[in-house]
Amino acid sequence: MIAVVTIFILAIFVGLEVISKVPMTLHTPLMSATNAIHGVVLVGGILVLGQAHSVGGIVIGVLAVLFGTLNVVGGFVVTDRMLEMFKSKRGKR
Amino acid sequence: MNLAALSDLVNVGYLLAAIGFIVALKMMNSPATARKGNWVAMGGMAVALIATLFHPDIVQSLTGTGAGVDDVMRGETIRNYVLIAAVMLIGAVGGIASGRKIQMTAIPQMVALLNGLGGGAVALIALYEFINTPDPSRVQSVTTVLSAIIGSMSFSGSLIAFGKLQELLPGRPITFKGQQGVNILLFVMVAGLAAALMFFAASPAVFAGLLVASLVLGVSGVLPIGGADMPVVISLLNSFTGCSAGLAGFVLLNTALLIGGGLVGASGLILTLLMCTAMNRSLGNVLFGAVGAAISTGPNAALAGKQPKAYSVEDAAILLSNANSVVIVPGYGMAVAQAQHQVKEMAAKLQAMGIDVKYAVHPVAGRMPGHMNVLLAEADVPYEQLYELEQINPLFPETDVVLVIGANDVVNPAARYDKTSPIYGMPILDVDKARTVIVSKRSMNPGFAGVENELFLNDNTVMVFGNAKTTISKITGALDSY
Repeated sequence: MIAVVTIFILAIFVGLEVISKVPMTLHTPLMSATNAIHGVVLVGGILVLGQAHSVGGIVIGVLAVLFGTLNVVGGFVVTDRMLEMFKSKRGKR
Repeated sequence: MNLAALSDLVNVGYLLAAIGFIVALKMMNSPATARKGNWVAMGGMAVALIATLFHPDIVQSLTGTGAGVDDVMRGETIRNYVLIAAVMLIGAVGGIASGRKIQMTAIPQMVALLNGLGGGAVALIALYEFINTPDPSRVQSVTTVLSAIIGSMSFSGSLIAFGKLQELLPGRPITFKGQQGVNILLFVMVAGLAAALMFFAASPAVFAGLLVASLVLGVSGVLPIGGADMPVVISLLNSFTGCSAGLAGFVLLNTALLIGGGLVGASGLILTLLMCTAMNRSLGNVLFGAVGAAISTGPNAALAGKQPKAYSVEDAAILLSNANSVVIVPGYGMAVAQAQHQVKEMAAKLQAMGIDVKYAVHPVAGRMPGHMNVLLAEADVPYEQLYELEQINPLFPETDVVLVIGANDVVNPAARYDKTSPIYGMPILDVDKARTVIVSKRSMNPGFAGVENELFLNDNTVMVFGNAKTTISKITGALDSY
């Protein structure tokens, strides 16, 4: 268990360090990207649905996988659309 | 392959995913590499998801020979794989379709909605683990309860934020008498139920009560926050969902969740604080500003009793056509009315008439920091016409006409001198120093900070009331006549 706590705390420190000098224009895309990344909870949803052996478990699992997939896919698509516009504008300049 | 080796392989997959997420966030710190960074994050996510399909916890009931693994169990596991594939396909199609279709102006509420779904998924996982872990360790029961609370709050809070931005709910702060008391009571209830679950009675009824109380707390926490502060709220809830996903990692002993969740929990918090700094407000002020102390700073005495000058669109068009230099200040109202294309059209017409046109973009203009740049980019506004606060402020005294479109607090002169104003100290665009200011606004209602704006009553200010989109396209039409 101590190894698990170690991993979590190190991840928090990396998260604090990795975002420091972000220009204002990137705040919105960055928020959207981190939003997509926490969709990694879909991993948990797959584990739940994969091991579901009751009706209740299946219902919970299906909802968790659906929510998680929407979070991941929608999040990445929206972020990419935002960044695409930045890129083309900067390119023309 | 035996299960231990498979477990190692899955964990190597999670390690690669974690490295991908970290590298991706680093790349997103700079505009040049941001888009590639997002792709790296996608790649990391794909690795994590594929690895999970081979997770020993699932695979063992398919190939294993241990106790309880029989043909029924195998059949159910195969059915579960089919379900996973089907649901993910549906979710992916839905996610791609809505992500592509969504208007750029509606991005903030889209992020809110997606974030809420993530929080909901965490709460569901916590619920499942609570039911199916008969004898949890202390750490597991604590993290299950915490991820359930934070996940549900993030779910309901994000839905309220979505409702406010989508204008299904009123954007103004919703407050009522005794609100503080209700919130404190809810908080005590959640804490009490959580303690009961962790230390005394792990009963499903108590857990259900905890979920309901957390959902209500999420609603009542976000309701009193105004629409303009929703970006900060969404960013904070984003961090919440990250934390709860990380906590779910403790429950499932899963490194992908631990690292992905921990990263987002921490970076989301930093981002939230950066947004608050840009608005010169504290996080506490954003979250609890409207509760309790109602803000009431009237216009100063010299302006008391003055009425704003209302102009027609034709009058505004005459003013614009007689100018040599025009600065357009787009704001929240323009984003709401989705008027960026009309604004671009009008600007093109003014330029064709030989008038110099610039855009002044306040750091927090729009609905999120940087949102206005995205909107103007979408409407193909030339990048070199965009001016930032520090560049444009010295130019205002030489500007003939400033056209403020749906901006309010970012052009309020009170921020410069009125120490009692809640926006005191926020850097503003000094539009009041221009020769004439035209303000396109729906009504005289104060902005989301709830502050009166003396700019609207100044002698050199004229107001054109109405929806920004309609107003601007009418002005463009009227320009033809002059």
